[in-house]
Amino acid sequence: MQQRPPIYGLLAEFSSASELVAAVHRAREEGYRQMDAYSPFPVEGLAEALGFHRTRVPLIVLIGGLIGCVGGYFLQYYLTAVSYPINVGGRPLHSWPMFIPITFELTVLIAALSAVLGLLALNGLPMPYHPVFNVPRFALATRDRFFLCIEATDPKFDREGTRRFMERSVPRQVSEVEY
Amino acid sequence: MQPEHPPDSLGEASHETIDQLRPPPVIKSGYTFASITDKISEIVQTRKTTWGWFVGFGVSFLLVMLLLFATSYLLTAGIGIWGVNVPVAWGFAIVNFVWWIGIGHAGTLISAILLLLRQEWRTSINRFAEAMTLFAVACAGLYPLLHLGRPWFFYWLFPYPNTMGIQPQFRSPLVWDVFAVSTYFTVSLLFWFLGLIPDLATLRDRSSSRVGRIVYGILAMGWRGSARHWYRYEVAYLLLAGLATPLVVSVHTVVSFDFAVALLPGWHSTIFPPYFVAGAIYSGFAMVLTLAIPLRAAYGLEDFVTMRHLENMGKVLLATGMIVAYGYLMEAFMSWYSGSPYEGYMMLNRALGPYAPMFWALIFCNVVVPQGLWLKRFRTNIPTLFVIALIVNIGMWLERYVIVITSLHRDFLPSSWGMYSGTIWDWATFVGTLGLFLALLFLFIRFLPMISIFEMRTLLPEAEVKDG
Repeated sequence: MQQRPPIYGLLAEFSSASELVAAVHRAREEGYRQMDAYSPFPVEGLAEALGFHRTRVPLIVLIGGLIGCVGGYFLQYYLTAVSYPINVGGRPLHSWPMFIPITFELTVLIAALSAVLGLLALNGLPMPYHPVFNVPRFALATRDRFFLCIEATDPKFDREGTRRFMERSVPRQVSEVEY
Repeated sequence: MQPEHPPDSLGEASHETIDQLRPPPVIKSGYTFASITDKISEIVQTRKTTWGWFVGFGVSFLLVMLLLFATSYLLTAGIGIWGVNVPVAWGFAIVNFVWWIGIGHAGTLISAILLLLRQEWRTSINRFAEAMTLFAVACAGLYPLLHLGRPWFFYWLFPYPNTMGIQPQFRSPLVWDVFAVSTYFTVSLLFWFLGLIPDLATLRDRSSSRVGRIVYGILAMGWRGSARHWYRYEVAYLLLAGLATPLVVSVHTVVSFDFAVALLPGWHSTIFPPYFVAGAIYSGFAMVLTLAIPLRAAYGLEDFVTMRHLENMGKVLLATGMIVAYGYLMEAFMSWYSGSPYEGYMMLNRALGPYAPMFWALIFCNVVVPQGLWLKRFRTNIPTLFVIALIVNIGMWLERYVIVITSLHRDFLPSSWGMYSGTIWDWATFVGTLGLFLALLFLFIRFLPMISIFEMRTLLPEAEVKDG
């Protein structure tokens, strides 16, 4: 069994978004990779600073939309032309223009559902437990404080050395995150 | 390279002019991340519930009971208790359906279209406008269901494997409606809930009671504001806005198809989709104003929902009102230009027939009164704005009434002419849904933040990252 690090990581608290972004840049330059930043609102450039540039959300939405589109059209075609054909005065069974509104609605419906469910799945939510909440001051991450957590799984992580490094960014405080 | 002219007093002066030209800020200065958070969330969390809330909720709850009573009677006695009969088989139910769903459209417009257009002022009104959308669509959805005659078989409207040897008629706009409205409700709910997640996390972390921590904690799903999460969140939110934008246009278009695809004079017209969509936004903004003005006064939110917001909404009201007026004009013109005697008669009957008072009342409410909004004096006068918004709400209800009833009550053959008026049960159901709408709204403002807290934080200058 792999030895679990004694703590989850070190959490530094900042009072402004600019300080947090600067600290993340410094940590990246220092070589840290296993880290995450927390903020009360989306901070421009923060994810990029962490080296996080791409997300699969748009792809998931596209796939969902295509499924809704093709599935919605096929549903109508199959039910009206194949499964339950009803001859009304010889009118065409496959009357495609009349199928467009529902095809469109189902495209949007499935795309929107995949956007939200895809987002939650990629973010790993719902998550009933996460170690960062063990730091009482982390409650301010949804208020007005900005946090950087360098995780103990990072190869460069060292309980004392990393703490000293983090303190160089002049955070309000650095705390250890228990599991 | 040295600049030829160092910055002098002239340069500063021109800066000041630029500042003056800029629109006023969407949030009053002097707020911090913490004070925004406190100001919005304390309405939910620490402040005592006001007696006004209890009175308001109590009255709306009584009206919900009235709705329950009217609906129970409808289920036992059948839709004969409503005023609908041949030739007017579509009465209050359809009028109210279109009215309510139209009101919903402003919420999506504010949250999705104004987001894509980068209109920052939308931020402080989008949350409760979205809630308004949800509750209005919920009220709207009741009507076609109750109008089914046997509402307990509503699921026959959906295609599912069955033993009846038949499937829904996908060529009918009424079936399109089922898909459009249910999609609209679902997407609005998703959009609203997605926007709420970070704020639910704020409420969870601020909550001093165990119940609050548990309930908001479950709803926030463990949101912790991670930068990666925010990144995906913003992408997903933008995509949802992009999806909701054509959706909102499509929903009222499909609603207008209910009329336009029929062959009745006064309904069978190609202007219906755009004119219905504009009317929907018009009535929706009127409802947003009707709700925003008392809410900001009652909860002291004048710093967030500023005069600029109210004025902008007044401008949207004026613009969409002009589109609606153009629709009325074109309807009248085409009824003459088409050369069809039935179309021509329908228009004359609308303007001079037995329902003429309602027609002229709607012209007064929807076309004449909003012209006052050309004047800044009226747009920035809160009582005037409130009264205009109320009048537009009434006018838009009358518009749907006139469209539905006047086309139906005089059929092609005079032998099948008739008159229509709503019965007491029609009115009870209508007032009941008003109660349901308000009751849901009262619960919403009591238990959820009515302004998006995290989006308000991003409006502060401190939210911008400065290169250090």
